[in-house]
Amino acid sequence: MNDTLIKVDGVSKKFCRSLKKSLWYGLQDLGSELRGRRHGGNGQLRADEFWAVSDVSLELSRGECLGLIGHNGAGKTTLLRMLNGLIKPDQGRIEIRGKVGALIALGAGFNPILTGRENIYTNASVLGLSKRVVDAKLDEIIDFSEIGDFIDTPVQSYSSGMSVRLGFSVAAVLIEPDVLILDEVLAVGDIGFVIKCLNTMRRLTANSAVVFVSHNMQFISSFCTRVMVMKHGVTLLDSPNPAEGIDRYFALVKHEQQTSGTGEAQVLGLDLLVNGEMLTGEEPSIPQGSPATAVLRMQVNGPRACAHASLFIMDETMVPLVCVPIHDAYSQMLCLPPGEHLLEIPLGIIDLNAGKYSFVVSILDANTSIGLARVQGLRPFRVFSDRTQWGKIVRPAVPKFRDIPGNISPFSG
Amino acid sequence: MNEPAITVYTPDSSLSTPLIMVREMFRDLFASRELAWRLAVRDLRAQYRQAFLGILWAFILPLANTVTWIFLSRAGIVSVGETALPYPVYVFTGTMLWAILMDAMTAPLQQTNAARGMLAKLNFPREALVVSGIYQTLFNAGIKIALLIGALILLGMNPGWNALLFPLGILSLILVGTAIGLLITPVGMLYTDVGRAIPLLMQFLMYLSPVVFPMPKEGWAATLFKINPLTPLIVTARDWLTGFSPEFLGYFLAVNAAALALLLVVWAAYRLAMPILIERMSA
Repeated sequence: MNDTLIKVDGVSKKFCRSLKKSLWYGLQDLGSELRGRRHGGNGQLRADEFWAVSDVSLELSRGECLGLIGHNGAGKTTLLRMLNGLIKPDQGRIEIRGKVGALIALGAGFNPILTGRENIYTNASVLGLSKRVVDAKLDEIIDFSEIGDFIDTPVQSYSSGMSVRLGFSVAAVLIEPDVLILDEVLAVGDIGFVIKCLNTMRRLTANSAVVFVSHNMQFISSFCTRVMVMKHGVTLLDSPNPAEGIDRYFALVKHEQQTSGTGEAQVLGLDLLVNGEMLTGEEPSIPQGSPATAVLRMQVNGPRACAHASLFIMDETMVPLVCVPIHDAYSQMLCLPPGEHLLEIPLGIIDLNAGKYSFVVSILDANTSIGLARVQGLRPFRVFSDRTQWGKIVRPAVPKFRDIPGNISPFSG
Repeated sequence: MNEPAITVYTPDSSLSTPLIMVREMFRDLFASRELAWRLAVRDLRAQYRQAFLGILWAFILPLANTVTWIFLSRAGIVSVGETALPYPVYVFTGTMLWAILMDAMTAPLQQTNAARGMLAKLNFPREALVVSGIYQTLFNAGIKIALLIGALILLGMNPGWNALLFPLGILSLILVGTAIGLLITPVGMLYTDVGRAIPLLMQFLMYLSPVVFPMPKEGWAATLFKINPLTPLIVTARDWLTGFSPEFLGYFLAVNAAALALLLVVWAAYRLAMPILIERMSA
């Protein structure tokens, strides 16, 4: 059975950088639309225009979930808006079978003056649902939202979390789409509510074709059966293996190298030895769980008698995850005299989560702690794994079964 | 299981398949009825709940206008020609009817503008915004009319059976107002100039319609008054309410027919314009 619900064929969309021109083009487009002309003209860009989405094709069947990833301005949201029928493609063709539901703009149509209860009805009818349907499920919505007694309070006195929760609840309880569009909806609420949202999404995704935009690779990894990576409106990769897509996404993350300090020491090079093999190449990919060694070449200059060095591993948001102080045999900071040094530093097992990382080397004067050199964004590398886990460090464990003492369990009685 | 509907989006203008377009227009209009009602209830509730003076706001402006003009004419600052009706009744009905027309005219642009956020993110029948605007205009018109009729009875006017036709006069004001309002909405959504120019232009038009001044008897002003398509609307509605036989019934019918045709055309234009307008809004 062919159950393709979304078929996108060579779709392009142009946008304009300047507001003045954008409005003027809008007026021109309006004129040509009213004369029955094709939208998007002859496929040429006008001044100040660019392709926000360029020649994107995809097909999605029921039960599939496509993760759409890429940096800001990659064209993900524009593509979603075309799928939702909000804007017209300039080129290509989109075909959608069945009902489209979108979990975007939660709480659309909420009026701050009215109570939560009143707003449920408005929001539901914006989503295309009748009063009868809402009446039947009103209690379920209120329960789901965890709003409690506040349901009869004007929405303007809700916290932002509360109104998003209410908005999500209305949509989550009521919609049963064939095609589901999700855009960063899970970025809100406390963890308890996020878990609830995830469960709802699982229920909805089981029976529909889902397009899911998120910057959170954990979500992408745990939901998606396919991943599409976009950059500047172009599809870089469309893969049925989410791990591959996520790896590609991390490859797009730039780690800028940055040097600071007095300049009385230099980092001359940092290489990685993984499984006894020197990794060369711009940005090596290390399989999760491999033992690794860093080979650091550095130089301490003139008058400084003794310098201390440390190595850090940062994630893509420049949060330091691992600190490697460089010690001597007595667990003291190793004193590095002036001159050039080539150090082999064992890093142990690389048990970092799938993602993009880079090194920081910091060299301080041993006496004064003055920073001689600090180099950030050194030797970026990726950790590859089939699954993006919910933790910065991934350490699988195999338990040992122990005898249960008697039948007394601390949980009984 | 029945086959789910297939939706296709292409760059082609839906004008190339006019029959399908018209069918979709009416299908969406039908589908939008509950949403339109909800939106109207939402806006009216919010509007009156947050206002201390409540429904007073529905007629405070025309009332103030009336008082101003009665004052101007009594004090002899402005000399107003003879009217068949007592002048206060004339000016009161005139400003009330004009206010209803203005409400209807500003509603489409205002409703669409207020829904920007929703429009940019969700797909719902766009007709709902226009219909919701009409509902709100009708509600506010109801309050004005109740006040108007109350005042007429107090002033000892007896409208007679003709008054039963008066609702038709109101409907035609709303029809014409909506058609014009919808006509300017697409451009008005792009450029705010339109929204600002309308009150200015309408102020001017008001003095070319028999709202506060009676129709001039001769001269170029008389011709202007006669040509002005808003004249028969105001005059006919007022005549029906105050028991006169309508003076411009033929022109009145012609204007309504033209407005109905215009409404269909601008409705189609509004639909065609929507994706283009949304494209130019921020998401």
